[in-house]
Amino acid sequence: MNTPLLKVESLVKRFGGLTATDQLSLDVAQGELVAIIGPNGAGKTTLLSQLSGAMFSDEGRILFAGEDISRLPVHRRVHKGLARSYQITSIFKSFTVLQNVALAVQSRSGTSMRFWAPVASERDLLEAALAIVTDVGLESVAERPASQLSHGQQRQLELAIAIATGPRLLLLDEPMAGMGREETLRMVELIHRLKQRFTILLVEHDMDAVFRLADRIAVLVYGRVIATGSVEEIRNNREVRQAYLGEELTV
Amino acid sequence: MTSTLVSISSKAIASAGDAAGKRSSLVPTVAGLGLLTALLLFPSIAAALDETFYVSFVTRILIFALAASSLNLILGFGGMVSFGHAAFFGGGAYIVGMLSIEVTRDIGLLPGTQSAWVAWPTTMLACALMAALIGAISLRTRGVSFIMITLAFAQMIYYLFVSLKTYGGDEGMNIGTRSTIGFGLSLSDDATFYYVVLALLVVSMMLFRRLVHSRFGNVIRGIRENETRMEAIGYDTYRYKLVCFVIAGSFAGLAGALLANQNTFVSPRMLDWHQSGLLIMMVILGGVGRLWGGVVGAVVILLLEEILSEYTLYWQFWLGSLLLFLIIVAPKGLIGLADRAFKGGLK
Repeated sequence: MNTPLLKVESLVKRFGGLTATDQLSLDVAQGELVAIIGPNGAGKTTLLSQLSGAMFSDEGRILFAGEDISRLPVHRRVHKGLARSYQITSIFKSFTVLQNVALAVQSRSGTSMRFWAPVASERDLLEAALAIVTDVGLESVAERPASQLSHGQQRQLELAIAIATGPRLLLLDEPMAGMGREETLRMVELIHRLKQRFTILLVEHDMDAVFRLADRIAVLVYGRVIATGSVEEIRNNREVRQAYLGEELTV
Repeated sequence: MTSTLVSISSKAIASAGDAAGKRSSLVPTVAGLGLLTALLLFPSIAAALDETFYVSFVTRILIFALAASSLNLILGFGGMVSFGHAAFFGGGAYIVGMLSIEVTRDIGLLPGTQSAWVAWPTTMLACALMAALIGAISLRTRGVSFIMITLAFAQMIYYLFVSLKTYGGDEGMNIGTRSTIGFGLSLSDDATFYYVVLALLVVSMMLFRRLVHSRFGNVIRGIRENETRMEAIGYDTYRYKLVCFVIAGSFAGLAGALLANQNTFVSPRMLDWHQSGLLIMMVILGGVGRLWGGVVGAVVILLLEEILSEYTLYWQFWLGSLLLFLIIVAPKGLIGLADRAFKGGLK
């Protein structure tokens, strides 16, 4: 069997008396889209912070492409190919859309300890950025400051910045957060396309979206994975329905 | 596709700079050239009018403009509110003073020199080292802690020099003469010194301009905007902030070296937190994160100080009131205000 792209082994994170991540283990295979669902406070965002490096774990290991990255800082993990998007939009508001994305492209294209040549004259940065901006459907607003975008567009930009780092694994933290019906559909479609190119770990509350996108679902409750399986298996899992999905699916 | 790209990238070039780049660049260029010409002719005019005192006064403004602009690199572009810039400004002044005093008094702690070609680069290097040390520790913190820790470091250096009797203690020390530059020129001549300071300011501003628009500048502005996200897209933000801090420190050191020459005197007052506060005021008044913000702020504050102190003993009260008023009407600094007025005029 191939080594999984991401292998999480018995991960633990405690905040004082609270164990936010409790002996959590999880595999994500190359090319797979794994969705993590779970009630509020299940530790989904904490898990993403541990994976991305924003938070160090108290116990356990994170293996990325077979390499232990548990103690690497955020920026080193990004260069290994691990990118994250945020639940609360985190963009560069006074930069234009294109500059937002170009800044992320710049991060993977050689050193930025260059003090003389104007960055705006680097054609390949802008070209790569423009391709990504077009890819997520923001080309019509490429020249606008990010602060002027609608919420849905800002969510798209959030994703574009993560993609622009050239990741092998995308960690998406509730990409549909706060979106309307139309916007959600567009985002689902976009992620569906990205799925062809990237391995994705998706945290999401929108069940319709999860069921449409996921190859596999992991259910997180109190920092533990209580079940993993295909969409069908999770839908029919009695324990999961009791613990989390509740009546939503029995209708 | 290619043509869209060309138009987009050319627009991006314009907007990649500070906001002023978006508007017609002709007016600032003409104004800049006019101002430079005026500055070049200034000593001759002052001499003709027999008002040579003003040559020294304008030199002082140019020196503070350099110091404030160096602070603007970290405070304005990098979003690091350092309350300890006097450590490098005053520190630079002291290093030139110490090197010079060794020649006449032979204290023997340092090899003495009065050559500007040796002393000034040495000063910049020493201030860069000092900034690397102070920055390496301070930059582990953010926000209010960063303000306080930079202030604490600057005060440490202040008290160090207050207690160093060898270098004049709290009374400061006279340096005797200005640095020497050779080529048959003497910096003791106020006009010559003025031109040297002007040249250094112009060159420094050109370097800052390149810096702000470079890859590095892009990263620094990104960090000001959203440091967490910069890490999340792969930048080791600490390293970039530290390099920026070091660059700013070394240019503040250069400004300090010039100030020591201007006054032929150094004192701990140059290292005092008031000095750091004054530089912050200049940056805020001129325009935080605007290339020329430090220059405009230095000009306005020092001019106001000069004019008000002619008329009243209580000039500090009036200066404070005026600054308060200016900050209220121009929260984005005078450059921001000019932008707004200019834009309104075009509509």
